[in-house]
Amino acid sequence: MTAEPVRLLLPAALSAAAGGRRELECAAGAGLTAARLLDGLAVDYPRLERRIRDEAGRLRRYVNVYIDGEELRALDGLASPVPPGAEVLILQSVAGG
Amino acid sequence: MSNGDSAVLAIGTKKGLWLADSPDRRTWNVTGPHFLMDEVASVAIDTRGGRPRILAGIMNWHWGPCVVHSDDLGATWSEPADGAVRFPEDTGEALARVWQLQPDSEARPGVVWAGAEPISVWRSTDGGGHFELNRPFWDHPHRSEWGAGFGGAAAHTVLPSPADDSMLVAISAAGVYRTDDGGGSWTPRNHGISAYFLPDPNPEFGQCVHKAARDAGDPRRLYAQNHHGVYRTDDGGDSWISIADGLPADFGFVMLAHPTRPGTIWTIPLKADGERIPPDGHPAVYRSTDAGGSWTRLDRGLPETDYNAVLRDAAAVDTAEPAGVYFGTRGGQVFASADEGDTFSLVAGNLPDVLCVRAGMVSAEPG
Repeated sequence: MTAEPVRLLLPAALSAAAGGRRELECAAGAGLTAARLLDGLAVDYPRLERRIRDEAGRLRRYVNVYIDGEELRALDGLASPVPPGAEVLILQSVAGG
Repeated sequence: MSNGDSAVLAIGTKKGLWLADSPDRRTWNVTGPHFLMDEVASVAIDTRGGRPRILAGIMNWHWGPCVVHSDDLGATWSEPADGAVRFPEDTGEALARVWQLQPDSEARPGVVWAGAEPISVWRSTDGGGHFELNRPFWDHPHRSEWGAGFGGAAAHTVLPSPADDSMLVAISAAGVYRTDDGGGSWTPRNHGISAYFLPDPNPEFGQCVHKAARDAGDPRRLYAQNHHGVYRTDDGGDSWISIADGLPADFGFVMLAHPTRPGTIWTIPLKADGERIPPDGHPAVYRSTDAGGSWTRLDRGLPETDYNAVLRDAAAVDTAEPAGVYFGTRGGQVFASADEGDTFSLVAGNLPDVLCVRAGMVSAEPG
């Protein structure tokens, strides 16, 4: 039985890097973490992945990621598990001027 | 200017990129913004080979930095899928900002250099599509002792020599380094430049060089505007002498060299590091036609009063005859001179802080 895919929701500012889409479906599976989810994203949408995570593998400072409503940094960072059917929301933080 | 050529001006600001073009360098058609809300700290107009390419180092505070290019004068932009500048995994570092994009000479088509933060030098052989980290510079034993300027720790100036494999790189605050073997090894070249802000004012490295430029006639003659101090070297950086006499202040960020005429340079003095404004609030460009032996004040067409600074890359020359001189201020005004600085006129105003300006001459119908 195939695991229910993960829904990745993107802000408008990132849609161009995702082929104009605001929502992507990502394959789920046992042991999927936020880091592995982004590894997969880097294959299909490298420009999108680069905007979320730098080349050293760190989440960009002013990017917030929510897994089913829980902020990634309050969980286990990029090692946080992403369960099948989860909704992963990417948002820019409130910063700048 | 020759018939059929037009001038293109790229204006990178704190919140986007503007482009301007002009058939006579007096009337300008300004377009933009491109990349609105992205900081554009570096830009280049590469006119080698008759096909102009605009390169821009942009940085979004949310989504990070990248280098993009346009081969149709800004109508469309390309960003390589795998990123133009990416630190190798073993460094554990990530690109913060590209401070400098510098096309090499005509003899090295396709070669473009980048200076970046963290302090690093990069080389592209495909016209700026992909850059490779210069390892000898990255692994330099002085690295741990290099300081950071207020704007960040970066290699902000890269000056390849058209005559040989030497190159000068300037870092705030580490001073000037030179390679004589195309980047295989690097040696500090700061003798004569004062680092008055250090316990030893004459260290081997640690100087705060704000900008350097290479003379049009003698590749071993270079000029440097420092964090206090204006200097010239006649031996590729082995030794520097002061050329600040005749300037109203020896602080500033800009140093420009004429594209073809030896000994002609421009700088834009600011009062001091504690007051980074034009002296007495009266902006002016200073030109020397004798390699810094004497200076002429140029302010015709500039505002009588302006308290905004001009940053290190917010000034440029073009390659026309007579040369055009351009600069932008932190107050968002951009000025152009079609007569080597004798008179200036406003290109654009009320832009965000101008971070970089570059000018190029392109054929009216690029081929």
